[in-house]
Amino acid sequence: MTFFGPGHGACPGCGLTIATRNVLEALEGKCFVSNSTGCLEIISSQYERSAWGVPYIHSLFENAAAVAAGIELALKALKRTDEGKIVVFAGDGATADIGVGPLSGMLDRNHDVIYICLDNEAYQNTGNQQSGLTPLGSNTTTMPAGELYPGKIGRKKDMVSIAVAHGIPYVATSSVAFYSDIRRKVKKAAEIEGAKYIQIHTPCVTGWGIDGKQTIPSAKLAFETALYPIVEYENGKLIRVRKIKERKPVEEYLKIQRRFRHLFTHPKGQEIIRELQRIADDNAARFNLDV
Amino acid sequence: MRKVIRGFYAVAHAVKLSKPSVIAAYPITPQTEIVENLAKMYSNGELKDCQYVTAESEFGAASILVGASATGARTFTATCSQGLVLMSEVLLNAAGMRLPIVLVNTNRALSAPLSIWNDHQDSMLLRDGGLIQIHVETNQEAHDMVPLAFKVAENPKVMLPFMLNMDGFKLTHAYEPVDLLDEEHVDKFLPPYEPPVKMTTENPLTFGCYAPPHCYMEFRVALQNAMERAKGVLEKAYREWTEVIGRDWGGHVVADYADDAELMVVSMGSLTGMVRDVIRELREEGKKVGLLKIRTFRPFPDKEIRDALINANKILVFERAVSFGHEGPVGIEVKSALFGLSPEFYSYAVGLGGRDVPREEIVKMITDVYDGRVEQGFHFGGVKPFEEVIT
Amino acid sequence: MVMNITLGGISKPHSSKNMKTGDWGTEYPVVDEEKCTACKTCEHLCPDGCIVVVKKEDGEKVAVPDYDYCKGCGVCFTVCPADAIKMELKEMYRLEVC
Repeated sequence: MTFFGPGHGACPGCGLTIATRNVLEALEGKCFVSNSTGCLEIISSQYERSAWGVPYIHSLFENAAAVAAGIELALKALKRTDEGKIVVFAGDGATADIGVGPLSGMLDRNHDVIYICLDNEAYQNTGNQQSGLTPLGSNTTTMPAGELYPGKIGRKKDMVSIAVAHGIPYVATSSVAFYSDIRRKVKKAAEIEGAKYIQIHTPCVTGWGIDGKQTIPSAKLAFETALYPIVEYENGKLIRVRKIKERKPVEEYLKIQRRFRHLFTHPKGQEIIRELQRIADDNAARFNLDV
Repeated sequence: MRKVIRGFYAVAHAVKLSKPSVIAAYPITPQTEIVENLAKMYSNGELKDCQYVTAESEFGAASILVGASATGARTFTATCSQGLVLMSEVLLNAAGMRLPIVLVNTNRALSAPLSIWNDHQDSMLLRDGGLIQIHVETNQEAHDMVPLAFKVAENPKVMLPFMLNMDGFKLTHAYEPVDLLDEEHVDKFLPPYEPPVKMTTENPLTFGCYAPPHCYMEFRVALQNAMERAKGVLEKAYREWTEVIGRDWGGHVVADYADDAELMVVSMGSLTGMVRDVIRELREEGKKVGLLKIRTFRPFPDKEIRDALINANKILVFERAVSFGHEGPVGIEVKSALFGLSPEFYSYAVGLGGRDVPREEIVKMITDVYDGRVEQGFHFGGVKPFEEVIT
Repeated sequence: MVMNITLGGISKPHSSKNMKTGDWGTEYPVVDEEKCTACKTCEHLCPDGCIVVVKKEDGEKVAVPDYDYCKGCGVCFTVCPADAIKMELKEMYRLEVC
């Protein structure tokens, strides 16, 4: 039973749809979906061409978390709470930038909602613009690699720490490279009452400049270089991490994507690569990722 | 039961009787006491089967109601001014999604400069949005119109957000005698909300789809059609409610002395009370002046307005807002209803930012127009002499 | 022809079935039934949900792509642990170089 697609308009090899399918299947389709404006919404909810097989609502760009809170309150008031779980699908831009206010409100009030941030590291639906979750050195159209600047010169916003700081019962990261990890975490979140935040790394073939055949390998490399740690927090405590058997240098991840290719030729490129390696090493130390 | 109460309590009490399922609150002067009173009722267990939440912003509050309304809940919030502008993105979205969210807007001036006092600039901003809008004159009217707002909004032929405008401070904080509605009457008039469609796992539908050019236009026509149907639904609801509660508020507009008036004065909101008083006095002096009170602003009752003003040689509109770069919005709209006729047309923007409009000033403005001492067109009333400087 | 304009733009579930995206890709996956272990890795990872493990008439389970929707992205090819999937170029893209 598919709860999503086929016939949707996602690019071939889209990471968002892989994550979405696995989340819905983990919940066995017994859920309400609140989706923010973005790639997932646009490719799946055209009028009379909906790919969704579960109750779904799209309102605006920045309010998916608040809409989900409203669904939760309505189900409580109407005594229909056992109808299904409430899931939010929101992109990294909708989560970390424009929607961070409503997200904070929803997490703070601890609504019984599973918030899934689909992290493809830029505003991809509008053509790869920089977001709070765009990593250092990434080439985006609003901070492109040019003669002066080597792409993004800021950091990747630590949404995981922000979520943990709200005191919610469950926070985790995952990746389409490990679909059973996504399922396990979603199933676990469904058992917990309160607000849950799961950030899933979802490669974007068009925005990152990779092929569908590299969707899963690039996600795996992001994990294996420690640039995207896969962690799990329960009630504010780090309870589990996915260990890396053999850590790879960040260049192996960067060189296969067009959005980082300039780092290998730009005058500031090597500096950025060294900084990214430092970030990766920091992640590995902070979460004790190396076996 | 008749009580002397403030407007905000009159509204809160009526909301309680209307039995909403989800209330989202966010404080802003002078609406805060409405949601505070509801919170007190909620905390005491007086709101049955209701979920009350204080949101993180007005935008959040309105978005919560979008989710709740789509799931099939009766929803309510209150705001004004900056809060209304902040939630305007959501309210327009709700109108397009055809969600019957009820909102009490305690009309307050807009920043900048910051003002917590009353005028209609905030609600005028949403004229084009697809929300039903009415203006009330007294606390009794505000109290009575709350259940009517839910009834009309939730009508399957309408399904639009409903904004009930009441003047901030002038009504919200004024003590007036109010006959509180009987719960029986409200229950009879306003049954539980039965949404024509809702989000449920039993019938998984997709809400909020995007519409490419080949079909977006038809959605907007459908929205306009709903507004047109709302005229009839509102009219019927006004009549039906009159019969239940025994207070006749009239229809979309209420016209006094329209048959023989040479000058018809048009007013909306709480100022109407004072204007009516002045006109009664002028009548006794033999002046042929009449009053048109507009209650329903959207959908705009052009036919009723035209019928009421058709015999007048002069029209004077009291404005509580300005469409900067043009003139007062009510005048613009009333003129459009009178297209083809050619009375003399005057409009005065008064009481902006809560400026008091004393009786003498109203008398002067009306008699100046009646006696032909002013030019036609748009004026500001009650302005002090000033000079524009840098610092 | 009269259009349906639903209340607020509501759509029916799975109404995207009409969008046959099968003509999007230049390649298509071919499953070697001998090698396929029906582990469902491809089924769980297909972005379009168009490769499904089915039971054949002889009781054997095998992954079967749905070419009506397959966009030829190659994810199934990259993740198959049994190396049972090959990507073939579609006939219309086979160009002769003179």
